Amino acid sequence: MQFVLTVLKSFFTSAFFHAAVMQGIPLLYGAVGEILTEKSGNLNLGIAGIMYMGGIGGLIGAFLYENAAASPIPFVAMMVSILSALLLATLGGLIYAVLTITFRANQNVTGLALTTFGVGFGNFMGGSIMKLTGKTGQITVYLTGKAFKSTFAFAASETVVNNPFLNAICTMFFSYGFLTYFAIAIAVAAGYFLARTRKGLNLRAVGESPATADANNINVSRYKYVAICVGAAIAGLGGLYFVMEYMGGTWQNDAFGDRGWLAIALVIFALWKPVRAIWASILFGGLYVLYTRIPIAGATQEFFKMVPYVVTIIVLGITSFRKRPEDQPPQSLGLAYFREER
Amino acid sequence: MSQNAIELKNISKYFGPVAANHHVSLTVRKGEILSLLGENGSGKTTLMNMLSGIYYPDEGEIYIDGKEAAIRSPRDAFEHGIGMIHQHFKLVDIFTAAENIILGMEGKGRLNLAEASAKIRALCEKYGFKIDPDEKVYNMSVSEKQTVEIIKQLYRGADILILDEPTAVLTPQETERLFEVLRNMRADGKAIIIITHKLNEVLEISDRVAVLRKGEYIGSIETAQATEKSLTDMMVGHKVDLDIERVDPVTPVPRLFVKNLTCVDKYGAKTLDDVSFEVTSGEIFGIAGIAGAGQKSLLEAIAGLETPVSGSIRFIDPRTGKEEELVGKSPKAIRDMGVALSFVPEDRLGMGLVGAMGMTGNMMVRSYRDGKSLFTETKKPRVLSEDIVKQLDVVTPSINTPVRRLSGGNVQKVLVGREIANSPAVLMTAYAVRGLDINTSYTIYNLLGDEKKRGSAVVFVGEDLDVLLALCDRIMVLSSGQVTGIVDARSATKEQIGLMMTQRRKGA
Amino acid sequence: MKKEQTLREPFVRMVKRDAMPGWQRACIYALALLLALIVCSAVIVAFTGLNPVTVFKTMFETTFGTPDLAWKNRAMSIWTTVRDTMILLCVALALVPAFRMRFWNIGGEGQILVGGLATAFAMRQFGDAMPTWLLFTYMVCFSLLAGMVWGLLPAVFKAFWNTNETLFTLMMNYIAIQIVSAFSILWEAKQGSGSIGVINKATKAGHMTTSWLSGAFGTKNYIIDVMIVLALTILIFVYMKYTKHGYELTVVGESGNTARYAGINVRRVIIRTMALSGALCGLAGFILVSGSSHTISTNTAGGRGFTAIIVAWLAKFNPFMMIVISFFLVFMDYGAKGVATSCGLNKAFSDIITGIILFFILGSEFFINYRLVFRGGRKEAL
Repeated sequence: MQFVLTVLKSFFTSAFFHAAVMQGIPLLYGAVGEILTEKSGNLNLGIAGIMYMGGIGGLIGAFLYENAAASPIPFVAMMVSILSALLLATLGGLIYAVLTITFRANQNVTGLALTTFGVGFGNFMGGSIMKLTGKTGQITVYLTGKAFKSTFAFAASETVVNNPFLNAICTMFFSYGFLTYFAIAIAVAAGYFLARTRKGLNLRAVGESPATADANNINVSRYKYVAICVGAAIAGLGGLYFVMEYMGGTWQNDAFGDRGWLAIALVIFALWKPVRAIWASILFGGLYVLYTRIPIAGATQEFFKMVPYVVTIIVLGITSFRKRPEDQPPQSLGLAYFREER
Repeated sequence: MSQNAIELKNISKYFGPVAANHHVSLTVRKGEILSLLGENGSGKTTLMNMLSGIYYPDEGEIYIDGKEAAIRSPRDAFEHGIGMIHQHFKLVDIFTAAENIILGMEGKGRLNLAEASAKIRALCEKYGFKIDPDEKVYNMSVSEKQTVEIIKQLYRGADILILDEPTAVLTPQETERLFEVLRNMRADGKAIIIITHKLNEVLEISDRVAVLRKGEYIGSIETAQATEKSLTDMMVGHKVDLDIERVDPVTPVPRLFVKNLTCVDKYGAKTLDDVSFEVTSGEIFGIAGIAGAGQKSLLEAIAGLETPVSGSIRFIDPRTGKEEELVGKSPKAIRDMGVALSFVPEDRLGMGLVGAMGMTGNMMVRSYRDGKSLFTETKKPRVLSEDIVKQLDVVTPSINTPVRRLSGGNVQKVLVGREIANSPAVLMTAYAVRGLDINTSYTIYNLLGDEKKRGSAVVFVGEDLDVLLALCDRIMVLSSGQVTGIVDARSATKEQIGLMMTQRRKGA
Repeated sequence: MKKEQTLREPFVRMVKRDAMPGWQRACIYALALLLALIVCSAVIVAFTGLNPVTVFKTMFETTFGTPDLAWKNRAMSIWTTVRDTMILLCVALALVPAFRMRFWNIGGEGQILVGGLATAFAMRQFGDAMPTWLLFTYMVCFSLLAGMVWGLLPAVFKAFWNTNETLFTLMMNYIAIQIVSAFSILWEAKQGSGSIGVINKATKAGHMTTSWLSGAFGTKNYIIDVMIVLALTILIFVYMKYTKHGYELTVVGESGNTARYAGINVRRVIIRTMALSGALCGLAGFILVSGSSHTISTNTAGGRGFTAIIVAWLAKFNPFMMIVISFFLVFMDYGAKGVATSCGLNKAFSDIITGIILFFILGSEFFINYRLVFRGGRKEAL
């Protein structure tokens, strides 16, 4: 009983919520990107690699700018790093799109190859860029990292800090860099796009039944290309968030870990709905760090890390069992579309 | 303003050496319902596909509203106000009716479903459709889905509607409702073409009838002056004598009793309705009917691939003389008893063959279980493949070439050859000669004749009435899942069968 | 008339190809490989500034040992390459039945890990209390069983509820990783180290050893791994080509309708095939733990479950072709790592090179399966 109470207490703290959000945001970017991709009927298993590419892209951009500028301006550093992250992640998506759409390569195999490439690219550049530019030591972009981490000024003001209630509220909601809020904005926008716009409707039709979309004058290939590239760009921001806000502007081999796959799990858990992915990502983030809050040591912690995956499998099982059409993966997910010549 | 909505002049379309349409001329007026009548393969669908932009004619001109038009794509067809409702609906299941209707249309970026729904409701009001725009398609019946397809065309401003066998999937009540709507649309000045081969419907709904036979335009006639008899004559033409050897059945004994068989499809519509007949050994029992009259269901039910809702199928085993109930047995058990099925579906590889395997592998579909060993026995299937290649002149680089790469006719020979090879007690074939050239067709007729002489009961589902009349001993006619008659093939006429194919049993 | 016809024709369109002779296919692959190597060389030069020839020399030396090294040491590098080839091959072989059935088993990684974990468990539990033959029987059985369970779960869901197997097997990987991670702590050698260390270090119980063959093939090598996996290669080849099971699962993969027609119990085939696929992945885990690392960690599988998918796919499921591709990928991996190390760069360099080569090969398959028809060409035909 005492144990349960302790767990619950540590669970319902603003600090835990804060940690859950920090863990959840990269997953949210990844999941929203993957949702857009999957809605076009393509299962991109390269999303893990793409997130690495986005992360390292942002880091390299910031690094080059900080080294080139005499007195780097934080805002410019941020913009440079965001642009380079988007650029590299989109490039990753483009490789996947060209191979799977134009060259009709198998989606799963291509995705896995892209993950090999992307993870390798991230780790290689992260570990080698100092040497390549003739420097020594670990790569850091302290200035840019700090810029990304900067948050609302009032959250640190004396009135807030001294008031436990306000402090808790600020820790929970107003203590993050802008990428956090941007992630939520993008998820909401993606949800709106899919549900409420003409192009969103067309995109969903492409993923459900490309033949129907084609018969309705929808350019299937173009929709797939755009969805995959935009999805990749969004996922890349997840990598950027991790490198900048979570790691504070540095690189560590494989630090990003299995978050790319967790993002794919999140897509299933959120039943392909971006807005649902917002709270689901925070839940996943919480589960991911739950073990740090529980006063038990060692092996049991590792079992807790398993929870998100187990939960995802259960969701996957239940949805296929209940067969509710709205909760299913897009009908033509994973299948290439080829309009047969007559 | 012309009062002709569409005018086709001398349209021809060739697929290789085959003329699917040959100098067809046709006119459709505004505010008129035209029936396009013809047997399977008479070129109706090809002709309509040229109007909807799927094919481009090789010769001839199309005039729309009096002006010459080039319809190169479905988009062009749409811009000319032509809307086609195919037999296979192209709808997204998890979308609502309204979402499907506005799918792919240009317009404001933001989706205004409420506005679309209101417009759809207005259309429903105007023409008498009964449908809820906010209902999801996966919840809909076939007839509702068809309604969505029709509204989709009207919503997009189509003035010319082409319906490809719209009643094939409908119940009589639903058909009546569809006709009501079509009449309303006619009153509104729309031009409507309805492809069909049900004569009673032709007479009921259309103003004029145009008849195609084997790609040729036979003529058109005002419905008021047409009768079922005159239409059948136009449709089937004169009897062609085929030189198929036919011997009389030798000591026929009953082999298969089908009693009160009823089957339903996944939507609950009856595909077979109270079908009863018997087949004896040493005869070829023909089954005639328009496409989708229940042939597929019947054969699959006998083969154990489909479970009937009611009725019985009893098989008299020639080895033991015992009577066995087939309903409820597995396909394998039924085949082991000697009931063979060679079904040639629309996509020939769909059932019975594995496209990626060679002939040997495909022979094994039937025999791979033979023997107790863990391993498959490949020698016999290989010998069998070689036999079939020789006997039926299968053109293939080798018996290991994946059958997917063979031409349609050769694929069929492989399938039929395999089924015959087992010397079954009952051999069922469907469309065994579809798409085959004359020589090969005769090879197959002879094979079936040999099976008959051997004492096997042959069930032959066919399309060409001339062939049915020349090959079979008796012919059963199916119409909408019901038996409309069983006739002696030696005395029956083509017209008689043609009428039975299109009539509905009294009291149904 | 003619003008409209051409207007309708797109400039270039794709047509599915019927068949392509083997030599043409080989040429396309060779061309793709050549292009890939050119791009790789460019990347290598850009990053290392080295002459590509030197680079490829370094790659060979890392994989096959430096010529001036003592033969004993060279042999060791070669054996390591061979061992890794064999293990990758083993996993790829395990995936073949599943893929042939069009069942996307992305869960090889997890199936290897649970197999390895089961092996490690048997080694720890019974290591000192049993004769070697019995211990190994336990180890093999446990690994097969664990892998089988891991493969069965998604298969049952697929068979009964048509649950998406790609996503399911993918998730199973991470559950396996966390279980192994938990046991790494539970069984850790030194408090707080989080790693198990060599199991039965003193007694070597459960370690595969060449002394069984009384050194007939030398002592310091992985000949037993090679023998097991080559035997498995032949077994899988025979299973797929000559057995009733192999025939059934191919029919299920090719056409569900025909399988139904042939009276095949599709559910049973799915479940049986995945049990086999999972079990063999488990066996790969056994080979990894007993035959090479003698320990288990979350890195034991090392992405082989994923790489093996690529191997199986590129080899078009031909077991003998897989030997070549496994070797090629291992060679590229070791070679590129060698180059990176010699230049003081990150080892992940090898993944970039592998990735680029894979992209080219995947892209090239398009030209094997499709034919491009240009607008001009068609007109002549008319």
